[in-house]
Amino acid sequence: MTPFVTLDAVAAPLPVANVDTDQIIPARFLRKPRSAGYRNFLFADVRKAGFVLDRPEWAGAGILVAGPNFGCGSSREAAVYALVDAGIRCVVAPSFGDIFAGNAGKNGLLTVTLPEATVGGLLDRLAAAPGARLAVDLPAQTVTEADGTVHAFGIDAFRKQGLIDGRDDVDVTLAHAATIAAWEATDRDARPWV
Amino acid sequence: MTPRTLFDKVWDAHAVLTRDDGQTLLAIDRHFVHEGSFHAFGMIDHAGRAVRRPDRTYGVADHYVPSHDRRRPIADPEVANMVEMLRANTARHGIRLFGLDDPRQGIVHVIGPEEGLTLPGLTIVCGDSHTSTHGAFGALGFGIGASEVSHVLATQTLWQRRPRTLRITVDGAPGPFVSGKDLILSIIAAIGAGGAVGHVIEYAGSAIRALSMEGRLTVCNMSIEAGARAGMVAPDDTTFAYLHGRPNAPTGAGWDRAVAAWRDLATDAGARFDREVRLDAADIAPTVTWGTSPETAVPVTARVPDPSAEPDGRRRAQIVEMLDYMGLAPGVPLAEVAVDRVFIGSCTNGRIEDLRAAAAVLKGRKAAVPGLVTPGSTPVKAQAEAEGLDRIFKAAGLGWGEAGCSMCVGMNGDLVAAGERCASTSNRNFPHRQGQGARTHLMSPAMVAAAAVTGRLTDVRRLMEGA
Ligand code: SF4
Repeated sequence: MTPFVTLDAVAAPLPVANVDTDQIIPARFLRKPRSAGYRNFLFADVRKAGFVLDRPEWAGAGILVAGPNFGCGSSREAAVYALVDAGIRCVVAPSFGDIFAGNAGKNGLLTVTLPEATVGGLLDRLAAAPGARLAVDLPAQTVTEADGTVHAFGIDAFRKQGLIDGRDDVDVTLAHAATIAAWEATDRDARPWV
Repeated sequence: MTPRTLFDKVWDAHAVLTRDDGQTLLAIDRHFVHEGSFHAFGMIDHAGRAVRRPDRTYGVADHYVPSHDRRRPIADPEVANMVEMLRANTARHGIRLFGLDDPRQGIVHVIGPEEGLTLPGLTIVCGDSHTSTHGAFGALGFGIGASEVSHVLATQTLWQRRPRTLRITVDGAPGPFVSGKDLILSIIAAIGAGGAVGHVIEYAGSAIRALSMEGRLTVCNMSIEAGARAGMVAPDDTTFAYLHGRPNAPTGAGWDRAVAAWRDLATDAGARFDREVRLDAADIAPTVTWGTSPETAVPVTARVPDPSAEPDGRRRAQIVEMLDYMGLAPGVPLAEVAVDRVFIGSCTNGRIEDLRAAAAVLKGRKAAVPGLVTPGSTPVKAQAEAEGLDRIFKAAGLGWGEAGCSMCVGMNGDLVAAGERCASTSNRNFPHRQGQGARTHLMSPAMVAAAAVTGRLTDVRRLMEGA
């Protein structure tokens, strides 16, 4: 996958809570191959007139700032494909659906969790200054606003390194193949009914 | 030894190794794949990797299967392709498939338990968020994305960070017509759609213990709608009675040994949870949702909320947005809201007990609006027909379909039309979930049946008074 280290990009405000993955990509597109252009399916049913990503001020946005519980609902990784294929490489929100956050980390999409009040302030300032940029530094774990205000964020160390390296987890795991086989042999005796 | 929770015991038993950074390599006992898993098969094929444990992987055709006509070819070529890709991928990798013509076919979260593949203490994953359903048996079941599906296919393990634990205790006796669906909708309303993010829920208390396996499955199914990683119920005699004699359940001395081990899974006295929430079942009424998030669940006796009463600006805007999408005016009693259509089915409420509850209300009555009933599995369909439930639904004027996800998600073409209001036993009322512009109200099977009879959201208790 494409590594994620730093990103300086236009940040689009989406001040909505519980943006579910059905909204991010509707079910009828899930039968399409990735080559069909998943960016065209992003938010397909909720893109009303004036939708933030369609406004010229936010053209080319690479960061989305949203309300709590972003990416809740269906486990469809296609939601991440649609965001990434549309050029979004980072989503900032007070919280994320767990499955979505896991999927994001495996596709070079950084999920930044910041306190609700911080995100609320960001949303207000981004709406007031259309086209404003944010600078994201994953190794330093910071988001920096145009005026220099720095917000530090926490991230799981394994996910962070995976993003920076653009790593394939299966390779990491297969290095433990002997340990897995040993576990399976012990378990066969312990739980023969499995 | 430190007292441990049910979750701790299952997690610890599957930890192949834990790294210093807190990541655990978790062994997976059961892996279900469905039509949507084509991305994941593509990934392992692309990397030239084999499926490590085809014997612990099961294919299920459910999301795209037609409800009305099982003849081939399936009319929509893209839908046909999804079902065919699953057949080809499972065949190529030697994976058992519950396919279109299999008499055991059904929704993955219905047939896992039915087949005795879902057992206490197992780790169970599937590229589907409602894999939390399987926790009703004291298994750790959770949904994963396509990359993780490909990881499990290749390694039969997953890297996971240990989630936090949340115990939700529901004590007391629920009133008439209060089902597992009403319990879980009320729980979600209490803690919020993101209330359990990062947590595994254990459901405990006398009201949970009193539920049948079907009721517990409904509760655990919707754990994800509160954001939880998984939901679990400790296995007990109800669990063992359900499993005994199931096709893949252990037998003879193996059964006794397994049950003895399963009894030890229950949370130890004094075990610590990161959070605790308590509800009284006596406070829970038949419940409906009014908005586009499952957390908008309220008693059917309530009114549509008034956004002007909400002090927080962002939340107020969101209520306005939801009411606009749902076509509802503030302050209107929910029991006056007319519906256009009903749907009974899905992995939440497509089991035999759900169909019985709906049929009990519909018996001898006519539906005032059109609707569809789809059983959760082909065995459920056969059982329902043996009991004559299909005849009750048809006599009421509702459609009786084949087993699958159907109108829960509309992937097979069973869609709610734009602007139509649907009373549904499914689990998601998200905007456009049942179709573009569809308006979904979530509720129990008995409540959907009552809505079908009157053509509006209805308190099933009043309909059945004196009946
Ligand atoms: S019935 Fe609905 S929620 Fe359940 S697995 Fe199928 S599509 Fe998903």
